[in-house]
Amino acid sequence: MANLIEVRWHGRGGQGAKTAAMLLAEAAIEEGKHGQAFPEYGPERTGAPVRGYTRISDEQIRIHSAIQNPNVVIVLDQTLLDTIDVTEGTTSESVLIFNTSLTKDQIRKKLKNSDRKIYILNANQIAQEEIGRPIPNTVMLGALMKATGLMQMDTLLNGLTKKFKHKFSQQVIDKNIKAVKRAYEEVESE
Amino acid sequence: MSEKSWKEVPIGGLIVEPGNSKNYKTGSWRSFKPVWYEDRCIQCLACWNSCPEPSIFVVEGKVTGIDYDFCKGCGICAEVCPEKAHAIEMEPEF
Amino acid sequence: MSKIMGLSGNEAVAHAMRQINPDVAAVYPITPQTELMHQFAEFHSDGLVDTELVLVESEHSAMSATVGAAAAGARAMTATSANGLALMWEIVYIASSLRLPIVMPVVNRALSGPINIHCDHSDTMGARDSGWIQIFSENGQEAYDNAVMAVKISENKTILLPTMVTLDGFILSHTLERVEILEDNEVKKFIGEYHPETSLLDVDKPSTYGALDLQDYYFEHKRQQFEAMGNVLPVIEQVSKEYGKLSGRDYGLIEKYRVDDAERVIILMGSSVGTAKDTVDDLRNAGEKVGLIKIRVYRPFPYNALREALKHVKALAVLDRAISFGTFGGPVFTDVRAMLFGNGVSLPMMNYIYGLGGRDIDKAQIRLAFDSLKDVVKTGKVKKEVNFLGLRD
Repeated sequence: MANLIEVRWHGRGGQGAKTAAMLLAEAAIEEGKHGQAFPEYGPERTGAPVRGYTRISDEQIRIHSAIQNPNVVIVLDQTLLDTIDVTEGTTSESVLIFNTSLTKDQIRKKLKNSDRKIYILNANQIAQEEIGRPIPNTVMLGALMKATGLMQMDTLLNGLTKKFKHKFSQQVIDKNIKAVKRAYEEVESE
Repeated sequence: MSEKSWKEVPIGGLIVEPGNSKNYKTGSWRSFKPVWYEDRCIQCLACWNSCPEPSIFVVEGKVTGIDYDFCKGCGICAEVCPEKAHAIEMEPEF
Repeated sequence: MSKIMGLSGNEAVAHAMRQINPDVAAVYPITPQTELMHQFAEFHSDGLVDTELVLVESEHSAMSATVGAAAAGARAMTATSANGLALMWEIVYIASSLRLPIVMPVVNRALSGPINIHCDHSDTMGARDSGWIQIFSENGQEAYDNAVMAVKISENKTILLPTMVTLDGFILSHTLERVEILEDNEVKKFIGEYHPETSLLDVDKPSTYGALDLQDYYFEHKRQQFEAMGNVLPVIEQVSKEYGKLSGRDYGLIEKYRVDDAERVIILMGSSVGTAKDTVDDLRNAGEKVGLIKIRVYRPFPYNALREALKHVKALAVLDRAISFGTFGGPVFTDVRAMLFGNGVSLPMMNYIYGLGGRDIDKAQIRLAFDSLKDVVKTGKVKKEVNFLGLRD
């Protein structure tokens, strides 16, 4: 399956790595693609390093094993770089996207495999400014769209609206959408 | 042993014929049988009231005898029979 | 018109339950099933089902309440996993013996110990002789489809046996996938209304359930269960066909994947089947004659379909996600071997135990199983029958 994209999310409990992984798959399914998402099934507690996984494909996704060689890695918390190897299993083709206040060079120094293609975005800041809380997960979806062109922004935003409408007011949803759009514009590549 | 094959009996061990315990006579379970003495009976109906089976024949409000087809010989009737009347006595079956 | 949704396996089955709209559902939480009944309870509080929800104090009570409700003439369901199924045990047998067409999703989880909450098939494997129909699911879609079909299968007048619909814990239960949900009224029409011929609440036709059954008739009643199990496979095929017309998804008793000209074949069940299909494609692209057979219906065991499918195969490996101690292999291996031996087929076969306690099974492991069969094809001999995949040696 050449068109299979595998995404790994790194975050800390409470940052919404699982929610973002699921949301991405749901948006892909909404667009008529196939999507699969699952959290890492470990002890869950606020602040602990957690992982989420998303698979997206134009064809049926039959595989049910863990994602070992992700095409894309999204890191929601820069402090994770000091404790875990976020490049684990990545190849020279893989793309890494960081929510960070650091520069690309500073990030690169912390990576075990420093030759990977990286994108950076200060998603915490965008989230704080637009949503009023430093929750980076949905914001990072905007950066992901820019970095990979995985799907149409409209589709992503539709999926996001659908997912959030049971939980949040239209006002909160609008703020999230604005934040995602800003992320799409502001993410920095090489 | 009963005679019906597995193709004939209701599934699941269900009993679908209500009241069919009448067909299953339990009188042979007795080792002691109650014997009722009409002349001593004061017709208080305590035995009829207490018999779990029920195996006390009552006709027009009066005890007339004991149904030995179903009486298992538990002895409750003899126990509840007022001491002064002593109208039911348990006697060995064999 | 069906609706495409992104759902976890648990949510998919909860939607099936919502559409089945059972009269009674007994609810007790256990990981990884909890989310399933949680979702169903939400449907209940949203007023989307007419179900009487019974919140019980243990799985023993969950199965007891379900049996009681089913005996009273209700369409009754519950769901569980692993240790919960173990605690239900004695009532699991009573459900099938009383011929109550209960449908129970079982989210497969290792039956401890040491304590483990992740997937393997050891929980339902223990119940393979309990007189329940067992249908395994490859993905969330199948879990949904199987739950809907199970109602119609169980309630068939020639069967009247309970069904476990299994889905792999976490790997399916907690994984969001694309699932096609039928319209509510399509499911309603497909399963129809449930009108049992006898029930405890039928006062015009009173009956006794659970009466003592000793030397005189117990044996006859077991023979009846044996007979009913014998009726199941053709009914499943029929129901699958009808369901195929409705949904476009037609399932057999087994699924053959690139088996027709295959020399080396593996047999397996559950969520690892999809991973194995991708592996087969990889090997086929490299010119290797390999294929796989998915067992969907495990109880009753689809002997004839399997035998037919294995006709041209030269070497076989059975992959078991459960271990059976003190015998000569995993439960599926034992069944397949008994089936072949009983038919005078001498097909060299290997057994691989894999994925216990949620150990990940990937394409590399499955390729290893296929590779080991090369030698078997060449020599016609199996060096070691029982082997382990993904185990640190």
